[in-house]
Amino acid sequence: MPKVKPHRTSPSLDMTPMVDLAFLLVTFFMLTTKFAPEEVVVVDTPSSTSEFKLPESNVIRILIDKDKRVFFGLESDKAKPLLLDRMGAKYGVTFSEKQKRAFGGLNSFGVPVQQLGSLLNMGSEQRKEVKQPGIPADSLNNQLIDWVMEARKANQEAIGKPTYIAIKGDGNADVPTVKKVIKFLQEKNINRFNLITDLENKPTVSK
Amino acid sequence: MAEIQQQADSGKGGKKRAKKMSTKIDMTPMVDLAFLLLTFFMLTTTFNKPNVMQITMPVKPKPGDPPQELKASDALTVLIGENNKIYYYDGLLSDKDKPELKLSSYDANGIRKVLLDHQRQNPKTVVLIKPDDKSNYKNMVDILDEMNITDQKKYALVEISKADTELIKSSGL
Repeated sequence: MPKVKPHRTSPSLDMTPMVDLAFLLVTFFMLTTKFAPEEVVVVDTPSSTSEFKLPESNVIRILIDKDKRVFFGLESDKAKPLLLDRMGAKYGVTFSEKQKRAFGGLNSFGVPVQQLGSLLNMGSEQRKEVKQPGIPADSLNNQLIDWVMEARKANQEAIGKPTYIAIKGDGNADVPTVKKVIKFLQEKNINRFNLITDLENKPTVSK
Repeated sequence: MAEIQQQADSGKGGKKRAKKMSTKIDMTPMVDLAFLLLTFFMLTTTFNKPNVMQITMPVKPKPGDPPQELKASDALTVLIGENNKIYYYDGLLSDKDKPELKLSSYDANGIRKVLLDHQRQNPKTVVLIKPDDKSNYKNMVDILDEMNITDQKKYALVEISKADTELIKSSGL
């Protein structure tokens, strides 16, 4: 009697469909991902239970750090060159094409418009080293509100969509600076804005 | 790993045949890499979007409009002091009325309970939030968050007055 050999199946399996799917997903996520923008300052936001998400584009970001400095950023690729032109015209500063391109890659900045040119000339590594003084925002020299107003107009012109204004304040930022920024916005009849916070679990409220 | 190259049959004797190579390739490392990337991108996308708290400030009153009156019986004033302290009093502060200032805290049994109690007693309660200049932004966000948690619809951010700061000082809390 010959021995009954168990039928040997090869342990390999066809991985092709799995690989197809995996690569499809990789491509999808690679294309949709937008990396968290690198900020000029570390801003440690306080947490809240709010679950609203910030839209991805058409956002004006106002950063307030713990040293009372105010930074400005616009997330709207098309409107950025236009914004720079408008601000340059307003303050009598001209920017070269190269500087405009650098401005497109800049997420947020905190220098007066007169010094913006030299900031844009630097490489991105060098820019990190520089201590930016913050955008002047007081009643005499209020460049911040000009940036906000011009950014709104530029975005309206370039894309035709309204902008969201988001204030990103550090947990240790002082209230007078925040209130000052809010007051400036209110003076221009901007009454709706968002405060960027971290997520915190919602506690249950017993009524 | 998952693939075992099968030895091509090289029978003894016979004609020398070209060695038949298997057409299968080992896909395991590629799959490993693909899934690594997949996990990475999946994690980075979902945690990217920041959360926001929406606030709406009142529209600036026109010069001709009469100022809105707030009844003292409907008001609850919350003062945000320095060193993460929070105080509250019922009603409004005026020359004749000196309401009693009470100390509270940001935890669940602190200001939240006070707000809920007030809502139960008087659903028309309007909360006036007055952050002191020495308080920090986190406290301000916290108290605005409490408004959301307790579902307090009517509240306002108001400038702190001198009388308020003096009340805090004189109370010694």
